[in-house]
Amino acid sequence: MLSDITIGQFFPGKSIIHRLDPRVKLSLLLAFIIFIFATFNYFSLLLMVFSVFAIVLMTKIPVKLYFKSLKSIIVIVIFTSIINLFYGKGEPIWQWGIIKLTVGGINNAVFVLLRIVSLILVSTVLTYTTSPTQLTDAMENLMSPLKVFKFPVHEVAMMMTIALRFIPTLLDETEKIINAQKARGASMDTGSIIQRIKAFLPVLVPLLVSSFRRAYELATAMECRCYHGGEGRTRMKSFHLSKLDYISLSICAILFAGVILSNIFLPAPIK
Amino acid sequence: MSLLEIKNLTYIYGIDTPFEKKALDDVTLSIEQGEFIGVIGHTGSGKSTLMQMLNGLLKPTSGSVYLNGIDINADKKNIRDIRFKVGLVFQYPEHQLFDETVRKDIAFGPRNMGLDETEIGKRVESAAQFSGLRPDLLEKSPFELSGGEKRRAAIAGVISMEPDVVIFDEPTAGLDPKGRNLLLNQIYNYHKEKNKTVILVSHSMEDIAMYAQKVLVMNNGRAELFSDTKSVFSQVEKLESIGLRVPQVTAIMNELRKKGYDVPYGVLTLDQAHDVLKKLITK
Repeated sequence: MLSDITIGQFFPGKSIIHRLDPRVKLSLLLAFIIFIFATFNYFSLLLMVFSVFAIVLMTKIPVKLYFKSLKSIIVIVIFTSIINLFYGKGEPIWQWGIIKLTVGGINNAVFVLLRIVSLILVSTVLTYTTSPTQLTDAMENLMSPLKVFKFPVHEVAMMMTIALRFIPTLLDETEKIINAQKARGASMDTGSIIQRIKAFLPVLVPLLVSSFRRAYELATAMECRCYHGGEGRTRMKSFHLSKLDYISLSICAILFAGVILSNIFLPAPIK
Repeated sequence: MSLLEIKNLTYIYGIDTPFEKKALDDVTLSIEQGEFIGVIGHTGSGKSTLMQMLNGLLKPTSGSVYLNGIDINADKKNIRDIRFKVGLVFQYPEHQLFDETVRKDIAFGPRNMGLDETEIGKRVESAAQFSGLRPDLLEKSPFELSGGEKRRAAIAGVISMEPDVVIFDEPTAGLDPKGRNLLLNQIYNYHKEKNKTVILVSHSMEDIAMYAQKVLVMNNGRAELFSDTKSVFSQVEKLESIGLRVPQVTAIMNELRKKGYDVPYGVLTLDQAHDVLKKLITK
């Protein structure tokens, strides 16, 4: 049950995407998110969607796993897109009472669906191909200019590292505690909602207790190794941009230019 | 008919992900009523996975588990009854304590069984006594207890369901020597006095040699050996080839025999060794 959760999971590999500098991946993800929403006609939208699918295939991670990450959210996406179906302007091509279907509505629905699906896919690519440590290191690196404004970049990054690091541990622990209580006859998946919430108390209390225990232990361990924040800390692995990174940055720049040009020169569909 | 029958049991973790791993590989064995079974095998050999299949916490990828001839996974509705019959004490069971008082926590299992209050009261008292918990601790919060006391309270929480089979997954991990002996003796007494089946998973060959009648050796998800304790511990080479060993006393006795002294095979405990050596000296 809990092992089905794949959000934030990392699948080690040696694909081109895996080998990219995490800073490049992170920046490109942000750019992709912006450009996925800055597509104003079908040509630019499809350009983005196809590039996202190409990237997904390039990770060499089974496509099945991507569907798994979509599965949890697809209902909401389809629901949103169906709502959008009926919110178009212009001449209705089909009408039933106040509900009317327009070409603009269909366009809206397609855009919403494709945008959100590619948004999820491209974010999943980042988490699937980048280890949590790399990811937070990249964030710390990219956010470091904020130090000028006294923003505690290192501390925030450290907190994120720790939080990410403990997700699998706590999931493990939760599963263990659920099993231990099940072994004593607790039933988590039957009864009314209130009964089910009550049934989770025997899981939540031990989980909370153990989180505190772990936090204390971790704090002690960090102090024992003289951790004193980010001041003067050096890294074992520093980032270096390689040829691969420059190539992918250039390809993406061309892609984004294509999106902008087609936005300007090609007509937008009816909304 | 055996109490517990395990047939061609296979379990694969994380099917269809890059982390796919075969944890159990075609395990077949049967356990009789009233046996004391020791389970050994190094970390990741499939011991814990096997134990969690015996009370239906994990569903087999293929194969089945029969309790009194009934497939435990056949009917989902029966699974809770199975868990009341096959009690499982996890590693570090004290991490499962949650209720306001120790008494309430121990009563969690019996209450889930739907017993009436007087019966629950009786069971809590006797379970606490069995696991060596002082009566005055029952009204305390479980989080005020010491490590050893917490362990006892958690074990009492399983014993209070009075299961026919009790599985202990490394119950003595992290206890001091005195606590270990006490706990193991109590487990042994539970088996002896009530004629209950006990399955003890342990890394200590000495503990297994001392208490178990039969030993199951797990290796890479397979049941490598399953036989009476004496014959398992006489297969020194086999055990060593899979990274296990025989009890220290047994090893010493084997060395003596190699040096030409007249000592028998299968000396498993200090007491047995004492008798053997005494005979040897007086001869």
